[in-house]
Amino acid sequence: MADDIAAERASLDETAIEESAADAYPLPDPLWKGDIGPGCAKVDPILIADSVRKTFGGLVAVDVEHVEIPRHAITALIGPNGAGKTTFFNLLTGFDKPDSGSWEFDGTDLAGVPAWKIARRGEVRTFQLTKAFGGLSVIDSMKLGARDQLGESFWACLIPPLWRAQERGIEERALELLKQFKLYEKRDDLALSMSGGQRKLLEMARALMSAPQLVMLDEPMAGVNPALTQSLLGHIVRLKQQGMTVVFVEHDMHMVQAIADWVVVMAEGRVVAEGKPTEVMKDPVVVDAYLGANMDRDLGEVVKEIRASYAASRPEGGSAQ
Amino acid sequence: MMNWNFLWVALSELITPQTAAYALAALGLAVHFGYTGLLNFGQAGFMAVGGYAFAMCAVTFNQPFWVCILAAVLGSVLLALLLGVPTLRLRADYLSIVTIGTAEIVRLVVRSPEMGTWTGGSTGINRSGASFFAMNPLPDDLSWTLGTIRYNSDAIWVRLVAWTVVVLAGLFVWQIMRSPWGRVVTGIRENEDAVRALGKNVFAYKMQVLVIGGVLAGVGAIFAIMPTSLQPDNYGTQTTFFLWAILLLGGAATVLGPIVGAMIFWALLALTDGIVAAGVSTGVLPITTLQSGQIRYMMVGLAIMLLVIFRPQGIFGRKSEVLFNG
Repeated sequence: MADDIAAERASLDETAIEESAADAYPLPDPLWKGDIGPGCAKVDPILIADSVRKTFGGLVAVDVEHVEIPRHAITALIGPNGAGKTTFFNLLTGFDKPDSGSWEFDGTDLAGVPAWKIARRGEVRTFQLTKAFGGLSVIDSMKLGARDQLGESFWACLIPPLWRAQERGIEERALELLKQFKLYEKRDDLALSMSGGQRKLLEMARALMSAPQLVMLDEPMAGVNPALTQSLLGHIVRLKQQGMTVVFVEHDMHMVQAIADWVVVMAEGRVVAEGKPTEVMKDPVVVDAYLGANMDRDLGEVVKEIRASYAASRPEGGSAQ
Repeated sequence: MMNWNFLWVALSELITPQTAAYALAALGLAVHFGYTGLLNFGQAGFMAVGGYAFAMCAVTFNQPFWVCILAAVLGSVLLALLLGVPTLRLRADYLSIVTIGTAEIVRLVVRSPEMGTWTGGSTGINRSGASFFAMNPLPDDLSWTLGTIRYNSDAIWVRLVAWTVVVLAGLFVWQIMRSPWGRVVTGIRENEDAVRALGKNVFAYKMQVLVIGGVLAGVGAIFAIMPTSLQPDNYGTQTTFFLWAILLLGGAATVLGPIVGAMIFWALLALTDGIVAAGVSTGVLPITTLQSGQIRYMMVGLAIMLLVIFRPQGIFGRKSEVLFNG
């Protein structure tokens, strides 16, 4: 346990967000064209969704008229629970089928394309509830992520000389990524022996094995301790520095402000606001739908208030149990 | 005076062609369930289809041996496609429901009197191995004795070939499972959606797996029927559950498990049968001979329960690959 903490501390220092490091692909300034607002056009969009709609029975889970994701930027998708963020994620990555709508990734139409083909085109995702390969070793989980493996076709797998060289290359790349994510020492362990946080790191590292253009992270920081959150943020920023586009779902506005270039706010299935992180938080619609009236207040004060109202509701002289 | 001959019978069970057939079918089940997580409860159906394709080709249509082997392989492939296309996109439980039903349909169809002209109805097909034994290169007067059991030239020939095929099949499964292809398949067992998210065509892999495991069972059945006969009722649900018992006994995600499991299973069955029969004949056990036949299955059931409770990974399995962990 103490070792874990020490390791996370060390990784925190090294992966601390490098403000000075130059981005491989400088973002256009501004990112958007025309009027800023829900569904506004971007200078260089990588993903464009048009009238995507999904209902579950009578419930309209997602009803997005138009949204564009800027290339090479970090976009945060925020919104209250039940806003349809994960459903929207599932639709864009082919894990769920919409009732109607179309969307294109990097100029090609993705509507109706199955999830595995979308991943092959360079749009990979992680899951809100981490999906680890428990019975596989960490290194094998990583190798599984690599694209275009000859040894993964049935007939070729019977003839190792065909794919041995490629396999070595994949292993090298996997080990390199594991070092980056501080999982190198764990390479031969089974994924099920890892902590929740380590699994999150592994899932992200595994997705990177395919050298994607767009990385979609569904609540990458959920259930992770502050030190590891810091290191995850560092990793996300590094993805951007390496030229990838990142979309992530997050609830903590401080995290969003720290790394996002752009924020898309969803509520009740729709995109209700868009903008730069600092500005979108001032939007009354966002404050109303998501952040709540207490957002600018000190948490201590709010707690005091709740305690006071709790005490007042008790009968006088009632003993605490 | 106690008769100890059953010890030799039990020992001989280790190498019977039937044991080899079950080893192959259980190996196929290991590919399905142990490595990929496909719940196939109709492995007996694959054996029946392979066996009938071979026997009908050889006896009903009088075709050469290799054509009949090909027919058995094609029959198993067809059954796998038939089962896989509608179910493999659905959740795992659908495959299990459909396979258990299909296996019974296969059995009931081939044993129906209407099919009698081709399948022999409920009596099945005899002497399907004639062309195989005609190929026997061993000297006619060759014989080998194991205790009280004497093997003639043909008996040695079929055992030799059957176990060679088992060894080759074992090497084949070992090779595919240690390749990147096997890695994808194991990934599917652990988490299908995650594999999909990494850009692999999960459906195609599951289909390949279903075909490979099915062909192993279909080809295996040939060795069980050649020296004896093909009986439709040997491919009921009981056979499927024997195969599951063998798989769990040996270890689901292993190559040696199903093979050694099949040997132990049939030897144990013969051993318990012998012990119970001896107990009955000497008057130690207060039951009839008829009842003693059922007791051994109860003992098998008890053994499987104890195994799953106390050693869920089987004899050769790794604790980390136990599949009953919820």
